[in-house]
Amino acid sequence: MEKPFAITLDVGTSLANHTGSWRTNRPVYLSRIPPCNHQCPAGENIQAWLFLAESGNYEGAWRKLVEENPFPAIMGRACYHTCEGACNRGQLDSAVGINSVEHFLGDEAIAKGWKFTKPAVTTGKKVLVVGAGPSGLSAAYHLAMLGHSVTIFEAGPLPGGMMRFGIPQYRLPRNVIDAEVQRIVDLGVKIVYNTKVSNILETKQQGGFDAVFLAVGAHIAKRAYIPAADSAHVLDAVSVLRSMEGEDKPLLGRKVVVYGGGNTAIDVARTAKRLGATESIIVYRRNREKMPAHDFELEEALQEGVLVKWLSTIKQAGESSITVEKMALDDKGFPQPTGEFETLEADSVVLALGQDVDLSLIEGVPGLTVQDGVVQVNLQMMTGHAGIFAGGDMVPAERNITVGIGHGKKAARNIDAWLRGGVYTAPPKAEVAGFDKLNTWYYSDAPKTVRPVLDIIRRQSTFEEVQGGLDETNALFEARRCLSCGNCFECDNCYGVCPDNAVIKLGPGKGFEFNYDYCKGCGICVSECPCGAIKMVPEEI
Amino acid sequence: MEQSTVKFYQTGTFTVGNRLLAPEQRSVQAGDQRRNSLNSGHRACQGCGEALGARYAIDAAMAATNGQLIAANATGCLEVFSTPYPETSWQMPWVHSLFGNAAAVATGIAAAMKAKGRSEVRVVAQGGDGGTTDIGFGCLSGMFERNDDVLYICYDNEAYMNTGVQRSSATPPAARTATTMPVGPNPGNDFGQGKNVPLIAMAHEIPYVATATVADLRDLEYKVTKAMSIHGARYIHIFVPCPLGWGAPSQDTIKLSRMAVESGVFPVFEAERGEVTGVRKIRHQIPIEDYLRPQRRFAHLFGKHPDVATIALLQARADRNIRRFGLLD
Repeated sequence: MEKPFAITLDVGTSLANHTGSWRTNRPVYLSRIPPCNHQCPAGENIQAWLFLAESGNYEGAWRKLVEENPFPAIMGRACYHTCEGACNRGQLDSAVGINSVEHFLGDEAIAKGWKFTKPAVTTGKKVLVVGAGPSGLSAAYHLAMLGHSVTIFEAGPLPGGMMRFGIPQYRLPRNVIDAEVQRIVDLGVKIVYNTKVSNILETKQQGGFDAVFLAVGAHIAKRAYIPAADSAHVLDAVSVLRSMEGEDKPLLGRKVVVYGGGNTAIDVARTAKRLGATESIIVYRRNREKMPAHDFELEEALQEGVLVKWLSTIKQAGESSITVEKMALDDKGFPQPTGEFETLEADSVVLALGQDVDLSLIEGVPGLTVQDGVVQVNLQMMTGHAGIFAGGDMVPAERNITVGIGHGKKAARNIDAWLRGGVYTAPPKAEVAGFDKLNTWYYSDAPKTVRPVLDIIRRQSTFEEVQGGLDETNALFEARRCLSCGNCFECDNCYGVCPDNAVIKLGPGKGFEFNYDYCKGCGICVSECPCGAIKMVPEEI
Repeated sequence: MEQSTVKFYQTGTFTVGNRLLAPEQRSVQAGDQRRNSLNSGHRACQGCGEALGARYAIDAAMAATNGQLIAANATGCLEVFSTPYPETSWQMPWVHSLFGNAAAVATGIAAAMKAKGRSEVRVVAQGGDGGTTDIGFGCLSGMFERNDDVLYICYDNEAYMNTGVQRSSATPPAARTATTMPVGPNPGNDFGQGKNVPLIAMAHEIPYVATATVADLRDLEYKVTKAMSIHGARYIHIFVPCPLGWGAPSQDTIKLSRMAVESGVFPVFEAERGEVTGVRKIRHQIPIEDYLRPQRRFAHLFGKHPDVATIALLQARADRNIRRFGLLD
């Protein structure tokens, strides 16, 4: 090429200048665990299903949800949704109504008749599950999805366990349980009712089962010694709640005293109110701070007119009254008697002092250990006897439905690995996407025109008197409030804010990629990523 | 302003793009086919606000004119880092003449296009604050008063960064530069000096004047697009932080311009024929210290004995902007 005077180079594009060589730190995309997912006892991938729900893909969202938990409609009503307590949006305005969106998705699935997709291959292995409660059903579902043949032996006449016999109807309508259990049965899981297993090894051998998952729950009410007159009407919470399922509702009278401080005590007190009690009083030996029941349940109970007698124990029960003794907390926070007594009118006393596990079916199983009334399991959910796994309320853990469902899933994965002659290793956990990882500037405040309406619905949805919960527009709104902590939601910010055009947009659903030929490592993409899905790492020399 | 009509609850219109928005509602920068008028390989520092602002503005102008755009560039960082001979980062017709004559060169290009009957070809002139508010100011004022059909874009990083951070008439009071008092009772730039070119442009009663920042892409794109829909002299003043000259971490470029807006230091508004027609309100007001503290050019105001009096004066300037433009609801 003929060059003008004093010109020695060809004119060209700056693309020849690879500015990436300036870099000492490089940005990398990553997924962090959102606090909600991290918190969920059932291991739901909440952010992922909200992401799908945000675009109105409710079936996709539901399918993502049931990869981890087959009971969204039940969860949407009965789960204690600790996820919302962990939600980063709570530090911004108020937590995302995860539970109400789950409720909506669960109801939508029932209304639209969405079914699970049967696994393509079967393994030919037979697994016995004992107990058709949340944990047993969850394990059965996951085992069936992994291709195993599953039979459940249930001592009672109906499925659901504590979901049916422990949770009052005002919190969980029974047709919801039936619909979600039916979906598992449709998957090929066989449930044999009214069959109490008395010797697990015998049953396992007779049925030719390759592995067993025990999830019999804790159904035996704990008793406390209370001197009571012959005519005193003393009941236990488990049988009261169970008899709510039968034809004859329990006769509690007009003045009901419930003894205990857990969620069950509150359920009974609220049930008594609904059965027409004029006075429903919870007697608890410690104070509100020490109460094991969830505060929101207590709050709802108080709104409904349930009374609580704090720092009191029942000393004596008579025909129409009880004697309580006032307590005082000592330095260590334990209640100590004060010697002051008081009389309360009471037509009946319901003891809600916790439940024990019926361990008769595992008596004499070699290797299996029981400690503090619960079955000991290892990290793989397996008892000391090879091939026998256990979960739910009968193993040491917090006792609630969601934990039970989580146990079922975990056990199913371990049983599957064990049946294949291996050990299940959970994928490594990423770091948690804390609030400090977010750039919350980019999340707009929810518009005032919609918020109050939503608030009312949110409040209503926690009571089951209100049918339905969120409608579609509200559910969509609520889903879109998700901050997508730690996971890219394709907002294009990194792509836009790079002064060097060093971010490549790969297209919908594919995310982005860095062009390290030109990335100078300034870090703007990291600091302007709303959800904390990029981080800087030192360049290797 | 118009762009706030797009309602999206999760991120509003604050992010660059959004998978849930219809394609026509997305920003120019979110498009996978965006022009990248200022392409990769330019030699701007890490985290350069001017490189970012220039791509935002010129891409939007290119989109608005269907690529029929010619740029005249003043001397300055933008010119130097984008075109070290024989390379160019510009994917458009681009001309550089002198430091002070970008507005005049653009006027000439516009006149030439008119003479040739190429009415579809539009012209932008661009420069830094030095080339605009100091050296090129005479040409700029002339372009305004003749109402030439040029959009002049000033990328304001508040000093002559290219030559080593010398003070310009856009340097804020108290900011330390290479040519302000380094020591003494009141180090840094003096109070009571400098000029506000957007207001001077408004005084020419030209069709359109606007200010914008790299922290609000949608606002910037809206203003450039609007400017390109108008014929006659137009002026857009874009606030572009300079990590090098301000002594700020490179990743804080957008954060600093956001804080400049949220503290009231830099009012974002638009005006037509001398009248303010729109103001971007402050969303979460912050004290001026939050904006000053991360910048080393203001470091002498902090430390063991904070210069409370000077900080208060700077806060008063921000408060005056808030009152004057009605930046708070």
